[in-house]
Amino acid sequence: MNDTPTIAPVALERGTSDVLTKAEIRLAHREVRRHKMVAFALVVPLLLFLFFSFVAPIATMLHRGFYSPVVAQLIPNTLQSLATWDGQGQPDDAVLTNMAIDLKRLAADRTSGKLAAEINRNKPGASSVVKSSARKLRRTDDADLAQNGATLLLAANKAWADPLMWRAVQKSGDTYTDGFYLTALDLERTFEGELQIREATQIYIKLYTKTLRMALIITLMCLILGYPLAYYLANAPSKTANLLMIFVLLPFWTSLLVRTTAWIALLQTNGVVNSFLTGVGITSEPLDMLYTEFSTIIAMTHILLPFMILPLYSVMKGIDPTLMRAAMSMGARPIPAFIKIYLPNTMPGLSAGALLVFIISVGYYITPALVGGTDGQMISNIIAFHMQQSNNWGLAAALGSMLLILILTLYWVYDHLVGTDNIKLG
Amino acid sequence: MQKFPAYYTIWHKLGVYALKYTAWLVLFFLIVPIVVIIPLSFNAEPYFTFTRGMVTLDPAAYSTRWYDAVVTNPNWMLAIKNSFIIGFFATIVATVLGTLAAVGLSSQYMPYKRVIMALMLSPMIVPSIIVAAGMFFFFTKFGLAGSFVGLVIAHAALGVPFVIITVTATLSGFDRSLYHAGLSMGASPLKTFFDVVMPLIRPGVISGAMFAFVTSFDEVVVVLFLAGPGQRTIPRQMFSGLREQINPTILAVATLLILVSVAFLITLEFLRRRSERLRGLEDHG
Repeated sequence: MNDTPTIAPVALERGTSDVLTKAEIRLAHREVRRHKMVAFALVVPLLLFLFFSFVAPIATMLHRGFYSPVVAQLIPNTLQSLATWDGQGQPDDAVLTNMAIDLKRLAADRTSGKLAAEINRNKPGASSVVKSSARKLRRTDDADLAQNGATLLLAANKAWADPLMWRAVQKSGDTYTDGFYLTALDLERTFEGELQIREATQIYIKLYTKTLRMALIITLMCLILGYPLAYYLANAPSKTANLLMIFVLLPFWTSLLVRTTAWIALLQTNGVVNSFLTGVGITSEPLDMLYTEFSTIIAMTHILLPFMILPLYSVMKGIDPTLMRAAMSMGARPIPAFIKIYLPNTMPGLSAGALLVFIISVGYYITPALVGGTDGQMISNIIAFHMQQSNNWGLAAALGSMLLILILTLYWVYDHLVGTDNIKLG
Repeated sequence: MQKFPAYYTIWHKLGVYALKYTAWLVLFFLIVPIVVIIPLSFNAEPYFTFTRGMVTLDPAAYSTRWYDAVVTNPNWMLAIKNSFIIGFFATIVATVLGTLAAVGLSSQYMPYKRVIMALMLSPMIVPSIIVAAGMFFFFTKFGLAGSFVGLVIAHAALGVPFVIITVTATLSGFDRSLYHAGLSMGASPLKTFFDVVMPLIRPGVISGAMFAFVTSFDEVVVVLFLAGPGQRTIPRQMFSGLREQINPTILAVATLLILVSVAFLITLEFLRRRSERLRGLEDHG
């Protein structure tokens, strides 16, 4: 990063000039430093604010993707005694006894469900083992438990003799784990520590691919619809253009939920579009358009279209119309002239608009959540699902971190291609 | 009939018409979904579609019952109040901090300008679900989840980029010699800022504040994660309404929100013209 000022005072440009004394040069340097300090001091309050309100929360999320304290807090004694286990056969009776004692306590606290859910992530089916054992051990006597804990645990459920069960317990007990990130990449670690593609379920890579595919379709739709409109507006008489621009800006300024509501009203089974189609006689039965990938794409195209039109319009406005006229008066046919002359000139607006639409649509949540049904869900919706419904915060954080990396890469491209200081509003 | 230059072929002429009609179709696509909501919100029946009576303009098919439903529902009224309170404070925080930072960022002496600018604009780019999840994890530690303060902080962070963009845009046309003139006449930097710089960049500051307000007013994902039942906002209320029991009350609220956006659009256009006049740019529109 270049931290020398772009326009230095005259005194500095002369540098070692013999017109100026050393003291004068020092003074000039001090003056520049003072200006830098003042500029920086103005930025500091916002930097501190954003650090607290934005950077730290995101850092917490990244950390959360590695951090899984729940099991370690729930069954500390069991994990401690399990640490010396070699991973083969049934662990010592001491380990089993500790587990039995811990499970009884958890059953009394009503937190055994939490433990069950955590272990179940490493060994599907373990949830019912943990829950039923905890239920059975709840009424046992403390002294009896300390004496015959191992026997009681095995009596509660035979699965506790299985070393795989204990491997799952051990794995869940790690406070720091790469497990969430691996799951988010459809990978898993074998007991020997080798990475392999998850056998049971491969959903997340598919989900990323689908999200990117949908974002790409939306971007292309915006481009196909936005380019001609921007061209038309940029070349219309300014009175007409200003009037028609309202049609672009009003949706831009209208609440996202209002626009999503509009699409629900339009696309519902008994909605406006279906009433029209059946009324005119194009279809006899109402079409199922809402709660599909189709409705998500249509609604998001509508919502993001202004983001494409505005940068295209401002670039096209600056293109000299005589360029095309010149090319065609020289005998160029319209399409080659357009491709060779006009299109390259609109590239800055085109790349700005397309990247912006793509970036926004990759991380979109609201519209897919409301009109997407099951097949229109995108990555953000699954993150929300793990945050709110399945309560698998670690996985939500890992998926979120990967989405963040994707977005920041795109943002970096945007910054280099377009420059963040070229973002314009309205 | 349009006049074409002599060298235009028939295909070229057809192309011009095709372009025109495509453009109009796209405009239609943009505006119709929004306009359709307005008459639907006056539906006398609890449907999201035009009834036969509405099409034949029968007055009995129209009613304001859904507007009454909004006004008499304490949840909606609370949501409206909350949206304005949170929006107001978030706007103040974002505008004050954003304007200061924009002035600093516009200085030719500002170090690390590009990195800082990219950081400050990133709340606009980072998906709201990530921001919401992160804030949920982080704010819970400070007891800020489920509080108004937490929501104001969150919404202010999301509004900052808009203030930065609009204010730096106004400052780019600002003649720095005016500031130096003020200083050379003996005014303090602070007085010069408020008496000379501020009046000139005010349109940018106000439109930035409006963007920040709308951002907060329209934000729903962070509210979904951070707000307690007492902090429901309009978008939050609409979101749950659309998910759970869809009824035309939402259309009535939507129509009111459309009116709000029209008012914002008019104000912004007014500010834009004023700003161009102040900066001595000719008004081309």
